[in-house]
Amino acid sequence: MTGSLGPLDRPNTYIGRSVSRPNAKRLLAGRGRYVTDLQLPRMLHAAFVRSPYAHASIASIDISQAASAPGVHLVATGADLAKLCKPWVGTLDHFSGMKSPPQQPLAVGKVVWAGQPIVAVVADTRAQAEDAAELVVVDFEELETVADIDAARAQGSPLINPEIGGNVSFHLKVESGSIDEAFRAAPAIVESTYLFGRHTAVTLEPRAIIADYDPSEERLTVHHATQTPYQFQDIYSRHYGLREARVRVVAPDIGGSFGMKLHVYHEDMAVVGLSIMTGRPVKFVADRMESFVSDIHARDHRVSARMAIDADGTIRGMDVNDVTAIGAFSSYPRTSVVEGNQVIRLIGAPYRFRNYRADLDVVFQNKVQTSQYRAVGHPIACAVTETLVDHAARNLGLDPFEIRRRNIITQDMYPYTSPTGYKFERLSHEACLEKLYALMDYPRLRREQAALREKGIYRGIGIALFVEITNPSPAFYGVGGARISAQDGAIVKITPSGEVHCLISVGEHGQGTETIIGQIVADQLGVDCEAVRVFTGDTDVTPHGGANWACRGAGIGGETALQAARALKRNVLAVAAAILQARSETLDMRGGQVVDAESGNARIDLAEIARIAYFRSDTLPHDVSPQLTASHHFAPKGFPFAFTNGVQACHVEVDVETGFVEIKKFWVVEDCGRIINPMLVEEQVRGGVVQGLGAAFFEECLYSDNGQLQNGSLADYLVPMAGEMPDIEIAHVETPTRDTELGAKGCGEAGTAAASAAAMNAVNDAISPLGASISQIPMTPQRLLRALGHA
Amino acid sequence: MKARAFEYVRASSLQDAFEAFARVSGDCCYLAGGQSLVPSLSLRLQAPAMLIDISRIDELRGITLADDMLRIGALTRHAEMLTSPEIARHAPLLQLAAPHVAHPAIRNRGTIGGAIALADPAAEFPAVTLALDAEFEIAGPEGLRRVRAEGFFKGLYETALEPGEILTAIRIPPFRAGDRAVFDELARRRGDYAIVGAGIQGRVAGDRIESLRIAFLSVGPAPIRARHAEAAVAGHALSPAVIAGAQAALERDLDPAEDPQTSPAMRLHLARVLLGRLLGRLGEHPACKGAHA
Repeated sequence: MTGSLGPLDRPNTYIGRSVSRPNAKRLLAGRGRYVTDLQLPRMLHAAFVRSPYAHASIASIDISQAASAPGVHLVATGADLAKLCKPWVGTLDHFSGMKSPPQQPLAVGKVVWAGQPIVAVVADTRAQAEDAAELVVVDFEELETVADIDAARAQGSPLINPEIGGNVSFHLKVESGSIDEAFRAAPAIVESTYLFGRHTAVTLEPRAIIADYDPSEERLTVHHATQTPYQFQDIYSRHYGLREARVRVVAPDIGGSFGMKLHVYHEDMAVVGLSIMTGRPVKFVADRMESFVSDIHARDHRVSARMAIDADGTIRGMDVNDVTAIGAFSSYPRTSVVEGNQVIRLIGAPYRFRNYRADLDVVFQNKVQTSQYRAVGHPIACAVTETLVDHAARNLGLDPFEIRRRNIITQDMYPYTSPTGYKFERLSHEACLEKLYALMDYPRLRREQAALREKGIYRGIGIALFVEITNPSPAFYGVGGARISAQDGAIVKITPSGEVHCLISVGEHGQGTETIIGQIVADQLGVDCEAVRVFTGDTDVTPHGGANWACRGAGIGGETALQAARALKRNVLAVAAAILQARSETLDMRGGQVVDAESGNARIDLAEIARIAYFRSDTLPHDVSPQLTASHHFAPKGFPFAFTNGVQACHVEVDVETGFVEIKKFWVVEDCGRIINPMLVEEQVRGGVVQGLGAAFFEECLYSDNGQLQNGSLADYLVPMAGEMPDIEIAHVETPTRDTELGAKGCGEAGTAAASAAAMNAVNDAISPLGASISQIPMTPQRLLRALGHA
Repeated sequence: MKARAFEYVRASSLQDAFEAFARVSGDCCYLAGGQSLVPSLSLRLQAPAMLIDISRIDELRGITLADDMLRIGALTRHAEMLTSPEIARHAPLLQLAAPHVAHPAIRNRGTIGGAIALADPAAEFPAVTLALDAEFEIAGPEGLRRVRAEGFFKGLYETALEPGEILTAIRIPPFRAGDRAVFDELARRRGDYAIVGAGIQGRVAGDRIESLRIAFLSVGPAPIRARHAEAAVAGHALSPAVIAGAQAALERDLDPAEDPQTSPAMRLHLARVLLGRLLGRLGEHPACKGAHA
């Protein structure tokens, strides 16, 4: 970054420092309070009878035995809950022509995926509820299953949702420039068809909810492991016909979310109804087996793409078709088409070619719903673009760095609008690329690679540029009619002892939001971080806001906190000025004191101001009314999104006899704008890379032809583990957004965005001397052996 | 999920355990380390009426060398395979296999007797006992009997144990001068069940392999000895041609099944690669380096 020092660049401030998490000690000591830990008086437990079939009609349900089993209070069917709960439809207005059927908490008449909940049993204990659930008899008539992308669209295919006709939810075409001309007479064309497997989030803490309906006040309290409490307050109130202001959603400690904990789940909606029916708190915690068949899955795309290139490596254009299968319906309230939309709009994003055409087809199938999960669409867009760029480089005999240097959007081109309509304020591809080149000592790796190949050792180097969408404005969901806030709110106050409380709508689920908000507030008010407490996640207490999704905690939440703290600072200095008989412009707040701005000399303690304001306001002049609580709401108003960028590199060794891959090293250079806490940015990036490498090598939901998930346990579904992960080295470039004072953008999805692309490029670089290539993830030993001509 | 309700008794002696077993009319399980049984209960894959806890029975403990046999009590934890000097000296193949058994937390609780009695085809120790030519002490209400590993593993989770019997110890001929042991496996992640694994114990005379036992895991319904591969090697020096012959012979030894992530052909291919590498290590023969299918 260049330019003069701004107000955020003062020495001894918290912004830009690796402050450790204030909640880490509490959580490590086992003092966390997750939904699972909560025990409410008179609380009951729910278990669900689930469909063993992917597609079947329900002829009859017999609950008589279950209803009289020990400890059982209620057995509810889909028909029972349908009387209370208004159905939901997972479409948004700005996805024109999109279709999805109405959904109910429990299956009514038919089931459309294996694992769909059909009957809820509520008992004194979870074990009793499970015992009774085994006594429910459901008579199914199995229907033909649609489990394949092509089968879904085939002529005469069974219809999953006959009421909407056809198994296609959404189609979108994007076209810019003249694509046919770009390909006509192109000196080189590279193309490939890619398969991106389905995978799922696997949060450490599974989904968990307690709904507590009090009929005496018609008040609903929901303790919910969610990243978006305000969204659920709105949804529960609207679908159960309750007054919104009497619905309270509390998100306590959350053990990871990754986008998985912001969608409407059938069990969660059912639990609210079950509490209304029993008038008692009802708890449901998904066990791991249930999580695999009911949490959202992600990806599941087949992309055919081609790229036209000039002889000098200049990209002329790209032509893309993405088919994605989302499950039996679109998720609610954010839909299941956002991923496909982002895939086709992010493809080619780092490069300056103008000819682009993309088709997106979103189809239904008899599997659990897919929806937004960390780095929505980014890994797919990035892998398609970056592997084609490498492919082109190989064909033309260009180095992967060189071909990218020749095509990236350069500093002189901003602000820049992509062919798909994304507006980039300012990115830093050149700086990131050159920093990476030095960081990884690229020439040395290439020399080592050549020497080892002589000995039959196949190492590969892959790089991948990425662009990430962060700080979403109302253009993301609001314009589509979703009641999902793009603004956030903060309330900051001075306590009587001179400490600071901040109540804010962005939440904490393991990523460190509380830490950075505390840093920003402490920084602005000139107090010690230890003196700031941050409160999140309670719709009765914290201000209304969007909370956490699409990388908005730091960029939007952070700016909200900054502005709220500045408002409070003005108030504090006004009181101090009255007490000190000084002009407030001559005062500042530092080290827990109000000081003389110029000399830095202490004038009065913050605690003393608080004492006077709260207990001895009689000693103040009549026209001074201390306001030691301030609030501020903020929504992005400039660019619709704050795009970030970076580049990643992966170094692998492929055992060409076994198809096993050792990931030797990984590098990331990222630019998330103003860095509030380098340690937390790096943790986010590392965690994101690990999830990206999980998708690249390990994670996949494997289904049989009849729609059964075949690896729905942690023994069979392989999450990336520390033993297989490489060292991940990170460097930063800082290009703050000018849309906010803080200048921060998001960093939560950057790691995941390009890791699988870098890994694919590395593996293909390793095996290309053997004439082999792979364009499917995860790159399992089986698939690599096939690519290598074995087995 | 929560396990179905069951009764629980703790046995203080083998006699105690047999009596408890006799008392129960319904389904009943012995509980030792619980590393396979407890998850299975929690998943409601098993729902016995009673668990008889045998983990405090002293007769089932201890590692001793007597009558020229190493006797390993059934309650010996997996972790002890890594730390016991007796195991290191007299049964190094067990020590070589132990780091591949799951993760430290599981190795601290799991018992070798439990692993063998369960006979998971993907588990390391059952296969290793085949390579070691071990025999098992089995106690029942009728008294004690011994069964060789060779005849113990009958099929998928199926063994020579009769209902109510308890595997009390593993007896192994001790490692001698001139013996060599190697173990390895191919697992997607450290600690996972392997796609294929193998242990070999061989006796070397000069540059020849006088005799050897090769046992595979994860390639069939039970641990399998690769007799054709053994025959291709026994009596020969470990030349690339001999190793290639053993790899080729595996086709007659192994008949792997299909699973969602692995085709039978891939498993056979990987078994061959693994065998080639293990034999190469067994001989530590420079000529063997790089030999593969």
